Amino acid sequence: MEFNYTILILLLPMLSFLVLGLAGMRMKHKVAGAIGTTVLGIVAVLSYLTAYLYFGNGRSADGTFAPQTPWNFEWLPFTTNLHIDMGILLDPISVMMLIVISTVSLMVHIYSFGYMKGEVGFQRYYAFLSLFSFSMLGLVVATNIFQMYVFWELVGVSSYLLIGFYYTKPEAIAASKKAFIVTRFADLGFLIGILIYGYYAGTFTFTPETKMLVAAGGMIPWALGLMFVGGAGKSAMFPLHIWLPDAMEGPTPVSALIHAATMVVAGVYLVARMFPLFIVYAPDVLHWIAYLGVLTAFYAAAVACVQTDIKRVLAFSTISQIAFMVVALGVCIGADTHEGLGYMAGMFHLFTHAMFKALLFLGAGAIIHAVHSNEMSAMGGLRKYMPITHITFLIACLAIAGIPPFSGFFSKDEILAACFQFSPVVGWMMSIIAGMTAFYMFRLYYGIFWGKENKELHAHHTPHEAPVSMSFPLIFLAAVTCVAGFIPFGNFVSSNGQSYDIHLNAQVAITSVCIAIVAIVLATIMYLKEQQPIADRLAATFKTLHQAAYRRFYMDEIWMFVTKKIIFRCISTPLAWWDRHVIDQFFNFTAWSAQASADEVRGMQSGRIQSYCIWFLVGALVFTLMLLLI
Amino acid sequence: MDIHVVYYLVISTIMLFAGIYGFFTRKNLLAVLISVELILNATNINFAVFNRYLFPDVFEGHFFALFGIGIAAAETAVAIAIIINIYRNIRNIQTDNIDELKG
Repeated sequence: MEFNYTILILLLPMLSFLVLGLAGMRMKHKVAGAIGTTVLGIVAVLSYLTAYLYFGNGRSADGTFAPQTPWNFEWLPFTTNLHIDMGILLDPISVMMLIVISTVSLMVHIYSFGYMKGEVGFQRYYAFLSLFSFSMLGLVVATNIFQMYVFWELVGVSSYLLIGFYYTKPEAIAASKKAFIVTRFADLGFLIGILIYGYYAGTFTFTPETKMLVAAGGMIPWALGLMFVGGAGKSAMFPLHIWLPDAMEGPTPVSALIHAATMVVAGVYLVARMFPLFIVYAPDVLHWIAYLGVLTAFYAAAVACVQTDIKRVLAFSTISQIAFMVVALGVCIGADTHEGLGYMAGMFHLFTHAMFKALLFLGAGAIIHAVHSNEMSAMGGLRKYMPITHITFLIACLAIAGIPPFSGFFSKDEILAACFQFSPVVGWMMSIIAGMTAFYMFRLYYGIFWGKENKELHAHHTPHEAPVSMSFPLIFLAAVTCVAGFIPFGNFVSSNGQSYDIHLNAQVAITSVCIAIVAIVLATIMYLKEQQPIADRLAATFKTLHQAAYRRFYMDEIWMFVTKKIIFRCISTPLAWWDRHVIDQFFNFTAWSAQASADEVRGMQSGRIQSYCIWFLVGALVFTLMLLLI
Repeated sequence: MDIHVVYYLVISTIMLFAGIYGFFTRKNLLAVLISVELILNATNINFAVFNRYLFPDVFEGHFFALFGIGIAAAETAVAIAIIINIYRNIRNIQTDNIDELKG
């Protein structure tokens, strides 16, 4: 088998995790970082090689790229039918994800050299990065839904570990717990979905027998819907998005890798993976997912317009962009390349978004590194001090805003075209949200690089350009962002595997570009200058709305209310009472009675021969009496 | 004149229970030993008496009583030896202080 080496893509990061995790503290920072980065470099090379060989092999007779499973072994054999396998599945989307993950992960590894320099726990950081890379790669190459679930939880754990990397900071601990609990809660739905799926489809693989699925009838939509609950948790869909903005407490490169480019698109990947089933057996569920995506995209874009913490803005922009991908998948109305345009568009956007969003986060990291603050008020006028960061950040902003010729334009155009094809209402809404995207991204851009300089902050610390280890990934990703749009993506990934030539939908393209330009101009008028009278006046006029958006429309408060006031008070408190007073007391009683009787029995063991004799005598008398009486 | 057998048995019963009582209640090992002797002698009396009244033409009961006396003597010797050893170890022979059997 020519793809046998792909096992190395998984084994190397795991090995690196073990080495760095067990022996890392005895290494120098540089050695530990070099091990992690080298391993990821090898993984990236192998991933590119895999993509080259896989797509270079050509299509099989039916015009698709045949899926390959170079490795698949029975991990947990329960019965002959029910067994959980572990393996590697190569098909267009998993190969595409391998490239995304290994590229972004490698860039983040290099970048962290500069960003995390001198941090306590540098080796631990690299160990966790390796663990994350291993889990994420394992997730995308999973041959069956259960393997996916196992790695799904592993990425959850590594995300938890990395968000809580600064474990002496209370906010970081709270954020890591929040992320873990929220996603874990959502994963309960995923697990139930998997079990229903496994029961009715009779297999955990992605290609069950058609007759089983037909026999299952109404249960398959339930299974897929529940699986999407897990996906919504990981991909921060409304209302399970609350963990993602808080997750920004982690180191910025981690946010770039996990909470922007790779892990949070796992939900999208899950839907794409189950897409053949969705489109045939549960198109309604798919469309509901699309509506949820529209809601999420709008909500997150609205919140992003007023946040002041640059990482929070990026976090909400991530939520919004992931919702774009989800919408794209949800608006598919058929499996062929034309009706399933959204599938290709969603995957394309996943690919381009991973690159430019990682770039945005890494740029934000460079800025935070320079000014030692996340708040926009500490920034302003940074373009003079940080030219490379400025240019790359601008490229990423243009890409996410959907300005040609940057990559985001092409993928977003396909998404919008797919939306218009589904329904004009959704299409227009998504166009407006795309405009909002352009607006808040340029608000962020002007807030950081233009506007008022914070002189007093700069007086004792002049911002400076990031070191080479940090600017190289920026330049690399910016270059990718410039050219990625021209990749004939539809030739590699499409809803039914057939080749699809992307052709720009002129009407949609012109509309979306116009909206984006208007939004950018609006942002320029409002935020370019040192004084921002229009923005201030708007904020003052719509004070309630502004405040509500700033507080993220009180979603956290609502969740706090639901958990604390309803779940804790009505369910947990009585359960705790029952546990403490009935169950615990019952076991306390058994323990107490055992102890009391043991005390009694122990008293007989006095060691005094005479008391033993008395017991002997009593026993003898009792037996005599029994003999006499019976 | 013949003494009725019951008198002997009453005596031996009193001796037996006096011995048991003493064995359980006395705290001095020597007193316990004496109590054991009482129990043994009560049985010896019974052997002799039953032999004399029930089977006058054989002597097994008498011989058994003799054996009992002999064994009692041996036992006393052993017991005294043990008591002396205890005394050497803990400097008294009160039963309350001898609880080394406890696990």
